[in-house]
Amino acid sequence: MYPESMKESIKKLELTRPKRIRLQKEGAKIFPDMSAEERQEVLSKFHPDYQDDARKVLRVGVNKNEKMTTKFVDVLESYSRISSTAFDLTRADYETDVLVIGGGSAGCAAALLADENGSEVILLTKLRLGDSNSVMAQGGIQAATKDHDSPMLHYLDVMGGGHFDNIPELAKALVMDGPKVIDWLINLGVMFDKDKEGNLTVKPGGGTCRPRMHSARDYTGAAIISVLRDEVLNRPDKIKVIEYSPAVELVLDEDGKCAGAVIYHLENKDYHIIKAKSTVIATGGYGRLHIKDYATTNHYGATADGLVIAYRAGAKLLFMDSVQYHPTGAVFPEQIVGFLCTEKIRGMGGQPVNKEGELFVFPLEPRDVESASFIRECQERGLGIRTPTGRMGVWLDTPIIDIINGEGTIKSNLPAMHRQFQRFGIDMTKEPILVYPTLHYQNGGIAINERCETNIPGLYVAGEASGGVHGRNRLMGNSQLDINVFGRRAGIYSSEYAKKAKIAKLTLSHIDKYEKEVSELQVPVSRISPILLPDYIPQSVKDKQRRPKDAGLIV
Amino acid sequence: MLKMIKVHIMGETYKVPEGLTIVGAMEYSGFVFKRGVGCREGFCGACATVYRKEKDYRIYTGLACQTVIENGMYIAQIPFVPAEKAIYDINSLEASVGTFEEYYPSLFRCVSCNTCTKACPQDIQVMDYVNALERGDIALAADLSFDCIRCGLCALRCPAEIVQYNAAIMARRLYAKYLAPKAKQLQKRLEEINQGSFEKEINELMALDRKTLSEKYYKREIKLK
Repeated sequence: MYPESMKESIKKLELTRPKRIRLQKEGAKIFPDMSAEERQEVLSKFHPDYQDDARKVLRVGVNKNEKMTTKFVDVLESYSRISSTAFDLTRADYETDVLVIGGGSAGCAAALLADENGSEVILLTKLRLGDSNSVMAQGGIQAATKDHDSPMLHYLDVMGGGHFDNIPELAKALVMDGPKVIDWLINLGVMFDKDKEGNLTVKPGGGTCRPRMHSARDYTGAAIISVLRDEVLNRPDKIKVIEYSPAVELVLDEDGKCAGAVIYHLENKDYHIIKAKSTVIATGGYGRLHIKDYATTNHYGATADGLVIAYRAGAKLLFMDSVQYHPTGAVFPEQIVGFLCTEKIRGMGGQPVNKEGELFVFPLEPRDVESASFIRECQERGLGIRTPTGRMGVWLDTPIIDIINGEGTIKSNLPAMHRQFQRFGIDMTKEPILVYPTLHYQNGGIAINERCETNIPGLYVAGEASGGVHGRNRLMGNSQLDINVFGRRAGIYSSEYAKKAKIAKLTLSHIDKYEKEVSELQVPVSRISPILLPDYIPQSVKDKQRRPKDAGLIV
Repeated sequence: MLKMIKVHIMGETYKVPEGLTIVGAMEYSGFVFKRGVGCREGFCGACATVYRKEKDYRIYTGLACQTVIENGMYIAQIPFVPAEKAIYDINSLEASVGTFEEYYPSLFRCVSCNTCTKACPQDIQVMDYVNALERGDIALAADLSFDCIRCGLCALRCPAEIVQYNAAIMARRLYAKYLAPKAKQLQKRLEEINQGSFEKEINELMALDRKTLSEKYYKREIKLK
């Protein structure tokens, strides 16, 4: 399936393979890992975040004057989708104790725990229940469950991976709740990989000092969320699920507490008011903003909605200058450009190799460092491999996994990956795959404490929408852990709060206050957010249409 | 210049560049998805699709994000699968064939036509796991159905109106909770955490300044075997 132009390089890779197999079998590091100084150098020169156009100054709201990711700033410097005066807030369409916004694993976990703590729950989701980045996680979930490991070692890895910017209390919560989350998920019925004696199978990941990655083949996220989703649906009398209904603004009360949301039904185009004693935002990240025009691994709905509405209501953001590019996005063939090739491939011994067939980086550096090294190999050293459409990438030598561990290892441990490439004519057990960094994760988000509380009383955040857990770079497998740890915590603490909360008169006046600031920026009034869905209408069609040009697809 | 080919989307004919997936071809033609698309990488099952090829009587099934268009293809997206899901309490179930008789009796209507298996875009042996459940072999059903992404195509094509994929989730949950060997070491670690065994050490790490913590991090031993 590879064209002749690429096959030449594959031959070189095959020539160096015996040497690389020997290195791997010896058990030593196949390539030296980087010092702090080396990491800093490759990041500052090659990580997309460090380029001049990556960030700009935000001119509105509580984080005003802070530099953030450019496309995200545009989404914040936008008008609301609704008019504050168009709603009769004395008549809510729904009332509940806890409102959960987001139907990924964090949202499902929050809904389950809030229910178990005696609260009535409404769970809103923009698309179908379970449609989220959670479902796409392949490689695993970290947790220090093993005797060879400890929460302290996990903590060190989390902090070092995040460049020590992480909020220590959040990192502690993450690692200390880890084993409990694995136990909780097993009891709900998640099939983690185990050997015959019952030992949980663990693999290393980028930036881990011990094997700590628990997996469910390479459908880990799908395995977890299909169980959480099933469990939410098993409680129809306690958790009301409303699909195809994104929250487009939060509702506050006159004391400044969060009191619910305005929702918009994507299909019947109607708006409704939900009054809630407490609200959990679990809306995930912003991959579909296509930061710096990168292809993304993210779900169709990842458009930062929760961050936009929380920010308009006055919630503080953290580390929104930092974007995660996953080192191994597919670059060939064209139909799967940007798709995730799980880090588990490297965790199982897959090796990144350049055009000449040589190793050039330790395969398991933290993600930002690994990505920057790939970009250096292609851009500075000219040792990338060019595809027929002009894209560049480096090889990930996958056949080596089966050669070292035995035939069938890939098929049984990486069935999703094997299937993905097979569908497009590449057998990864026989040929390497071509990869390049792809937009993957929002490192920052809404600032929370270890109880998932924000600076707005009654507003809780969990998962990718929150900031601080991972500092400025998340490690593999810590996102699946994060959404479960903090999803559960958000459910517990929002429910506790709801039991005591007294909601005063509802208001949307924060929208007017925010829009007054936006109106001073001279941005087009057609620029509205949250954008809800990405805009893939071809330019040739758009040119003929009267519609918002900058942001804010009206769906 | 891109080579353009003809496809029929919901009965309307469009010219689109060769090599696109069904999702790509529809977006190229100006369709904006709300239903019928999700993760776009073959993991969520939102984009179940049925299509026909030119001069071919057969109905094909697949995922729209994973299927490359062919000239003359007739394409339709499925917005929603109206499928029964049993409501149950996982804590009070028994991992036995009786549970499936009670909650998914339709399983036992299987006529072994294998249409479900042919419809599955994941190449799962769907009929085999249905048959396994009929025999009460929950472990086998859990294993065979593991890669299911819940697109619902099996249920839509089944002449016996079985809801294979929902029964399969129940099977995997029962297997993981009741039948799989218990996770070793995990309970010991939970006890250690509950007893506060790590509190002192982790609090000490939290109290370190950035420089000291960084030194400790770069000095930590990496043991990946």
